[in-house]
Formats: sequence, structure tokens, C-alpha cells
Amino acid sequence: MNSFFSPTLKLLVAATLAMSIGASTLAAEVKDKFQVAWTIYVGWMPWDYAEQSGIIDKWAKKYGIEIKMVQVNDYVESINQYTAGKFDGCVMTNMDALTIPAAGGVDSTAVIIGDFSNGNDGIILKDKKKLSDIKGQNVNLVELSVSHYLLARGLESVGMSEKDVKVVNTSDADIVAAFSSKDVTSLVTWNPQLSEIKAMKGATLAFDSSKIPGEIIDMLVLNTKTMQDNPKLAKALTGAWYEVMAQMKKGDAQAISMMAKASGTDVVGFNSQLKTTKMFYDAKDALAFSTSAALPATMQKVSEFSFEHGILGDGAKDATFVGMAFPNGKAYGSASNIKLRFSDEYMKLASEGKL
Amino acid sequence: MRLINQKPSHSKALVLGLMPFLLIVLMYVFASNARLQENEDDKLLPSFSHMVDTMEKSALTPSKRSGEVIFINDTLSSLKRLGIGVVISALLGLIISIPLGLIPLVRAGFSPFIAAFSMVPPIAILPILFIIFGMGEVAKVALIVIGVTPLIVRDLQHRVEEFSKEQLIKAQTLGASTWTLVIRIILPQMLPRLLDSVRLTLGTAWIFLISSEAIAATEGLGYRIFLVRRYLAMDMILPYVIWITLLAFLADFLLKKFTCKLFPWYENKDKA
Repeated sequence: MNSFFSPTLKLLVAATLAMSIGASTLAAEVKDKFQVAWTIYVGWMPWDYAEQSGIIDKWAKKYGIEIKMVQVNDYVESINQYTAGKFDGCVMTNMDALTIPAAGGVDSTAVIIGDFSNGNDGIILKDKKKLSDIKGQNVNLVELSVSHYLLARGLESVGMSEKDVKVVNTSDADIVAAFSSKDVTSLVTWNPQLSEIKAMKGATLAFDSSKIPGEIIDMLVLNTKTMQDNPKLAKALTGAWYEVMAQMKKGDAQAISMMAKASGTDVVGFNSQLKTTKMFYDAKDALAFSTSAALPATMQKVSEFSFEHGILGDGAKDATFVGMAFPNGKAYGSASNIKLRFSDEYMKLASEGKL
Repeated sequence: MRLINQKPSHSKALVLGLMPFLLIVLMYVFASNARLQENEDDKLLPSFSHMVDTMEKSALTPSKRSGEVIFINDTLSSLKRLGIGVVISALLGLIISIPLGLIPLVRAGFSPFIAAFSMVPPIAILPILFIIFGMGEVAKVALIVIGVTPLIVRDLQHRVEEFSKEQLIKAQTLGASTWTLVIRIILPQMLPRLLDSVRLTLGTAWIFLISSEAIAATEGLGYRIFLVRRYLAMDMILPYVIWITLLAFLADFLLKKFTCKLFPWYENKDKA
């Protein structure tokens, strides 16, 4: 027996040692190659354009580093991969940043606030007009996503709560087809699916994110430790972002058409999606937004919603479990567990032209 | 003694059989510890005690809102869908495959069609299925049936074709009509083969069940996994995956026992 098991045991010890070494290399350190994940969405297409047009490379070279923008097909998967340590940064909404990496103990910093949804997310009813008609219906949506949050805010606005409807978890990829099914009477989704469904027969947009402006925020999130160890990464990304923003503000036809094509629509379709997106073309506007009193108030609402739905993790006793830090020393929640930080540092540098 | 002639004793075989399981558990524990040391809230590889905790708290405690125990609820609704789907597929498979395998005229007419139809990936035509079957329970069962029936039909058709010609000719010389042949000779011998076929397709049925629950659902094992995947709750996903594996293993085991018990004359190839 002994002679049989001891080599196996040695092998086991070796394998586990190798695995633990592998795990410890996930710790951040000064390095010069970075990977940032992005997914298709109107507010994130500038990242693809920045990569395609060489703007990212230009800025990365300026700071002596290499940055690779990696497109991931599945939005949630990209955030999960970032949370697991595969990417140094990732694009995501404020709510997902709180509930996925931050609640998972990965200290994250929102470096660039790119835009907020100003109509890109909406509640659609079939053959009904008023939002209050949603009472008692099944509502198809991606559960625990910003759509779910939008529904909760919409119901609040007409004096109802989630108890008045039944939520059916439906994947975003299938929601357009789902609307044609007879079982589906109302749904919540975002663009580009939203505009697709809005155009279908019997569809009425009963509520959208323009009624809660500034609450669904799209941003670039970096791992805090990686960012602190490598300020060059944040500088290069911010520089590249605002160069693209300047081109978009000017209405650069080539930039817009490249973004439209990459997101699977045409210039007209892309422009209509831009209309329901409040892009911060100017770093000054993003800066003003990130330092406003509205941001902590919004994040408090989001945190309370997340806690009520049990997605702040099981250590959470209340909505303040995951602490958040905002510019100008403002903070929310547990000071000993600050995992989500909103930084104005790099947007400030950009607005002052110091990148 | 040569390696090829060394046979493990009963206890040694047991230890050897458990080894891979133990190895995987140990590797997991070490990897998980390493990640948790770096970040105690790590969600990717939670500790076993954390998984037990989560299951106790969120899956086995009755929900405050509805009073239902989500784990039991999920299991029952998934098993119901799977059960209905598999039974319908099995019956359809049996009914379609016998004439297909036995009667040359039917075979000439439908065999190519069935062969082609079985190649359509159901997941790819989901939008059409939504419109035909809606998004409720029917659609979930239908997805299983559409995915599994062609596999059973093709398997059983071959089994029918394998029947010894002598047996069929002998029965005919004794005056059996086609109908008698089917009822008295083919059908009884096909039943254990059907159970075998069901066992082989159970894995596929699970895949279709989980995918249909991932697309639109309010409860079910697949639903829960895809829901909590949104916030990387591996502490919930891993126990669910282990549970699904266990259920699948159990279903396979019971079907095997059932076949042996009911059809002792049938040579079950993997009686072991």
C-alpha cells in the first residue's frame, strides 16, 4: 500500500503547490501589458473604435505600455472574468460594478464615467398603454440586472411594488423573439433590443430610463490595486477615451460609421441609440457628474435595491455592507469594506489637458 | 507478477475508485484556500463550509415572501419537466421507430426525413419554437422532446433492423400477420432496448432542460444557476451542479436496475 500511495501523495502535493503559486500570481504588480474587456453597447462602442483606429496604441505607447481591448460576447461573462482576475479592467454599469466585483471582494475603481442611460432601457407593454396596467402581469426581463432595477423604479413611480407583478427571468439574447410569443405581455430590456421591440406591433414604451436620469451609469472599471500600481494604465485609457469623445463631438463620420458597423447596425440606427444615451463628450461634464451629490444618492438607491434582492453577498446584514467612496471624500456604507471607488482623478487630468 | 495480471482486492478497488474523487476535492480545497487567502470574499472558488452555509440560508430555508423552499421547488419543477419530456420522447420514439425499422415501405418514405430532421439543432430555431409553443411549460417540455425523440428513434430503428430474420420468418410461417409480429415479437423485445436508449439520451435531455430554463423561467435548477451566475455566486452554483449530477446518476442507475428486474432475459451490456 505504502509504496503505491506515496508517489501519488507527492504528486498531489506538487500539483496543489503549483496551483497555489498560480493563484498568487493573480496579485497586482507593476507590469506593462494589460487587458481590458468590453461588450457591445452604444456607450461602449468608442472603446472598439479606439482599438481599431490605433488611438489606444498611440496612448499606450506614449506611456510605454501595451493595452489590449478584448471583446467579450456575453456581458455578464465579461464582468465575471474581470472579477475572477482575468482582465485588468472592464466596462460595466454602476449596479453591476457594485453587485459583481465589489460584492465579490474585488476592490474596483470607476475611472471613466462615459455616459448614463437616458432612454436606452425601457419597460414595454403589449396592447396596453399605461404603466399601471402592468399590475398582475408576468414581466420578462433579465433578473437582477439594471432592467430589474428600472422595473422597481418604474413601479415605484406609479405607487406599486414588485409584489404587484411576476418577474420571469429571460435571457437578453432571446427577448426580441420572446415578445412575439403569446405568453409575453410585458418586458423590460435595453438597446439595441429595446428599439427592435418598440418597432413591433402592439408594443408601447410605458417607462424608460429618461425618467430616472443619471441612475443607470456606464463606466470603465479598473482593478483598484492594478490601477494604483500602474497609474500609466488609467492615464493612457483616459487619454484615448477623450480623444475619441472629441471626434464624436465633432461628428466625425468615419468614427461613427465604424462604431455603427461594429455594433451591427447602420449610422441611422446608431445615431438614434446615441440620442437616448447621455454621452459625456467633455471630460468636464463627466467630472461634474462624478462630483455631484446625485451620484452618492443614486448609489445608495442601487445598494438598497441590491440588498433587498440578496445580491450584495451573504455577509451583508444591510445595504451599507459594501462601502463606496466618492470624490471629495464623500462615502457610503461600511468604511472598513470599501470595495467600489468613484475616482475623478483621471477625468480631472483629462479636463485640464494634462494627459 | 506482471502488471496486467494484478487484480485489486475488493477494498483496494474501492480505494482506487474513490481516489479520483478525493483528488479533485483536495485540489479544489487547495486552490480555493489559495484564492481565499488573497481575498476572503472571493466568489470563484468558495470554501465548502461557505457552500453549505449558502445552501442552508438561501436554498433550504423557506422564503419569507412565498414560504417555499427554493431548492426543493427548483428540483421538483425541473424533474417534472424532464420526466414529462422524456416519457413523451420515449413513447414517440417507440411508436415511430417500429414501423420505420420493420416496414420497408415506411422506411423508404420517412427514414431520410427523420435522419435529416434529427440534425436540426433545436437551440438554433428557438425563436420559431417560442412562437409555436409560447414561453411557458409547454415550450420547455417541447424543447426536450424535439431534442431527444430523433435520437431515440434513430437508435431504436437500428435495433429493430438488427432483429434476427429467422425469428420473423418463423413467426410468419406459423401464420403471424405484420400486426401480430409487432405486438407479440417486436414490442416485448424492444422495451428493454427502449430503456437503454432512454438512459443514453438522459444526458441530452438534461442539456435541453437546462437550456430551456436558462432562456425564460421562474423556477428550476437551470433557472437558478443562470440567475445567480449574474453575480458569480459559485457558492450556489457548485452545489446545484453536484446535485444535478447526482440526480442524473441516480436516474441512470434506477433505469438500469429497473431494466434488469423487468427484463431478466435481456442481456444488459453493462450489468457490472
